[in-house]
Amino acid sequence: MTKTTNDVNALAVGANETRADAKAKAQGREPYAADYYPDGVLWAGAVRPGARQGVAHARLLAIDTAAAAALPGVVKILTAADVPGTNRQGIVHKDMPVLVGDKLRYAGDPVALVIAESREALRQAIGLVVVSLEPLPAVCDPVAAMAEGAVRVHDERADNLLAAAEIRLGEGAQGLDHCDVVVAGSFSTPVQAHGFIETENGVACCAPDGSLTMTISTQAPFRDRMEIAHALGLSFDQIRIVAPCLGGGFGGKDGATVQCLLALAALHSDGRPVKMVWGREENLLAGYRRHSCRVDYRLGANRDGTLEAVHCRLVYDTGAYAHLGGEVMALGMEHAGGPYRIPHVLIEGQCVYTNNPVAGAMRAFGVCQVTFAFEAMIAELARELGIDPLALRRQNALLPGDTNCAGVVVGESTGIADCLDLIAGHPLWLERAAWKDAAPPGTQRGVGLAAVFNAAGYGAKVRDSAIAKVELTGDGQFVVHNAVSDMGQGNAAAFVQIAGHVLQQDAARVSVRQPDTATAYPSGSSSAGRTTFTFGNALIVACEQLKARLINRAGLLLFVDDDSTLTLVPGKIVHQASAREVSLARLAGFLRDEERSCLGEYVAPLCPDPGTGKGFFIGFPHVVFAYGAHLARIEVDLSTGQIRVVDYLAVTDGGQVINPAMYDQQVHGGVAQGLGYALMEDLATRDGQVLAGDFSRYLIPGALDLPEITSVACPGEESRGPFGMKGIGEVAMNGPLPAVANALADGCAIHLRDAPLTPERVLLALESLAEESSQ
Amino acid sequence: MSEIVFELNGEQTKLAVSPTRRVIDVLREDLKLTGSKEGCGTGECGACSVLVDGQLRLACLMVAGQLDGHRLTTVEGLGESPLGAKVQTAFAQAGAVQCGYCTPGMEIAAVDLLSRQPDPSRDEVRAALSGNLCRCTGYVKIIDAVCQAADVLNASEDAQS
Repeated sequence: MTKTTNDVNALAVGANETRADAKAKAQGREPYAADYYPDGVLWAGAVRPGARQGVAHARLLAIDTAAAAALPGVVKILTAADVPGTNRQGIVHKDMPVLVGDKLRYAGDPVALVIAESREALRQAIGLVVVSLEPLPAVCDPVAAMAEGAVRVHDERADNLLAAAEIRLGEGAQGLDHCDVVVAGSFSTPVQAHGFIETENGVACCAPDGSLTMTISTQAPFRDRMEIAHALGLSFDQIRIVAPCLGGGFGGKDGATVQCLLALAALHSDGRPVKMVWGREENLLAGYRRHSCRVDYRLGANRDGTLEAVHCRLVYDTGAYAHLGGEVMALGMEHAGGPYRIPHVLIEGQCVYTNNPVAGAMRAFGVCQVTFAFEAMIAELARELGIDPLALRRQNALLPGDTNCAGVVVGESTGIADCLDLIAGHPLWLERAAWKDAAPPGTQRGVGLAAVFNAAGYGAKVRDSAIAKVELTGDGQFVVHNAVSDMGQGNAAAFVQIAGHVLQQDAARVSVRQPDTATAYPSGSSSAGRTTFTFGNALIVACEQLKARLINRAGLLLFVDDDSTLTLVPGKIVHQASAREVSLARLAGFLRDEERSCLGEYVAPLCPDPGTGKGFFIGFPHVVFAYGAHLARIEVDLSTGQIRVVDYLAVTDGGQVINPAMYDQQVHGGVAQGLGYALMEDLATRDGQVLAGDFSRYLIPGALDLPEITSVACPGEESRGPFGMKGIGEVAMNGPLPAVANALADGCAIHLRDAPLTPERVLLALESLAEESSQ
Repeated sequence: MSEIVFELNGEQTKLAVSPTRRVIDVLREDLKLTGSKEGCGTGECGACSVLVDGQLRLACLMVAGQLDGHRLTTVEGLGESPLGAKVQTAFAQAGAVQCGYCTPGMEIAAVDLLSRQPDPSRDEVRAALSGNLCRCTGYVKIIDAVCQAADVLNASEDAQS
């Protein structure tokens, strides 16, 4: 068929379709939660006295609101006594007060909520609230927090241990006894901030009938409803959450940030809308962050390079509240043996409360910490054994049907060996020796590798399901009712592409409605590499049903009794044999409203219990994994210690690719965030006080800090994923820190065990190396 | 309150506003032009970038009084110029847009660069965008977009000449 100007092409899975949201975003038209300024809006903000008074743990003695309340423009000041429900929030453990009533457990704990007519009045009033605190000894080191007699962060708990678990395979740590070579190391990883550009915010309004409508920058609109209902004693149906596109999330908007505070404010605003926007300083203090981690490893192998045994111990600092601390630890443990075959495994994990700010979910949670350590151990083992580091990884790489370090038999879609082979054949690897030799004077060059993987989905004991809705509108257009927030990863655009593909429609005929608990159906959070996998599968079901129904109804109009002779094409249904057709707009008018929508449901596969874990609550183990092999080529300035990443190659096994450009976007973004983690990001605290309050003291990579990043998709297919895909939003985050650390070891023979790999640390290590060699 | 008069995206605009009110608040709250974003409020992220008399400025570090008598272009007006429209199209097509929150500021910085240097190297693009933070993209496709816009621009100028 020759293409005429009237032809339009249906969207196709696998094609480089322009992201459905790109144009509106490029023109500044896409509405984010922060962009809502309803008429008559009030402003709400929290009083967080711990940071102001330099205290991380304190008894709350009194709150004097008189001066603040007297300020013109102040509408109301609320304290814990005004919270109607349980006053507790948290995804798994409900341990975080909306407003603190008894004691502060970290510097960002809020004790009062101010509502004011303007932002200026709000800012002044917050400063005028006088809070009397009795400082308590604070415990800010996770190891110290586990010691006998340590100060308790939560008085009602026996100790500070939030979670402890172990994974044991084969002979466990005793497997190390009969290894030819054992390497060991202790590592630490920093706290990382999500650094999304749109800070935590939302707007809420309470109608006279008591119903709340909230527009929130959130990754989990349906769970927010549950959190608010629990904390404030409301019923689910009183709360409607609208979740527009997010200006970044990365895990930091999974869990309550502004939600309960804002709902509380709305309940006290006499029907007026109320808005809350955290500034960057508040984001860095009271927003969630990546867990810091202490890691101890012993890794053993035979002389021929066969990995035999691993023993590791992980301590995660969850800060003052649980959030997903136990699940973060569990996921880290599940990945602590790398994407390799190791018969004897002992992995011990602990997650500890401290008086530090609250750690929570962040891209590749728990995993990037252990990957740093494990991949440094593999590199060291390669040096010990005199085996090429790529060959050593390839030799031990998991193959379909192998058992991973958590005791899970991995499926057909296990592409780590293929990823490594693609690295092996790449010029950046093949030509490394010549490239290193060409280092300019005063510099040293090195090349480092990392083999990484990351589970997708919630893991055992948590139903990972979605309910998708697709609708034919009255004028013959299709709308996908997205139920899992799009924080920028492009899942909404992927849904448009999937719907267009199944329904054979072009881009102009398919749009997406962002999540709204009043019109969409509970489908879980936008997280865990499960968003497109789970909702996408549900959407295929919905679209196929709708397609069958439309064809069937068109048959009535066209006097065709064999549905198989009718074809859905852009804008119409045609009967090829007779050249008769009916437009979708006309067909829509023939259908009743409820006939024009279809729902599709999907529940992601769960892993049968391998019987290897002890002490896990939920989220262990997983059954679908994305894999990757990364290569970093770095140049170190020997006089400043500055690392410049010159080239970066990331090969990713994400199964089939739904959209190549969007695939690369996820890989680029993960690598960029990972390079920030490797080189500069450290949201440090001293005695529980956050040292950075802005982007001049918490550095994230700018355009001059990052290399050209090459993303290569490794061919593969995950048969359970929609069109064979699996989620790759997280896996790329895991590579950069170990790849750069290994490149540093390769180029300069220094082995940094504490991240980030700052110029100061590099320089100090270079100096001690020089001292050692001069002795 | 005082009255300021300025050109906003090609239209003469008169506004009664406190001269010390931040331009980002004037745009987003008073004028409902929410395309310009605020990411830090301290001049570090570039999300609020605007053009004042064609030059790159940060709306979070300017006050309303500074607009008086000047020409202000925001992302909403960017598409009016051939250069701005090409930059926006290139951002959408090159995959430079993910969450999109830095995008308006990035485009403004790109237009500022291309109006001074119509044929920049990738390193020049990196330098010109170094005041704008993006957390999603790793900048690769943003740089691609700016180079693509430059190519399209130069090709159309070649065609005209």
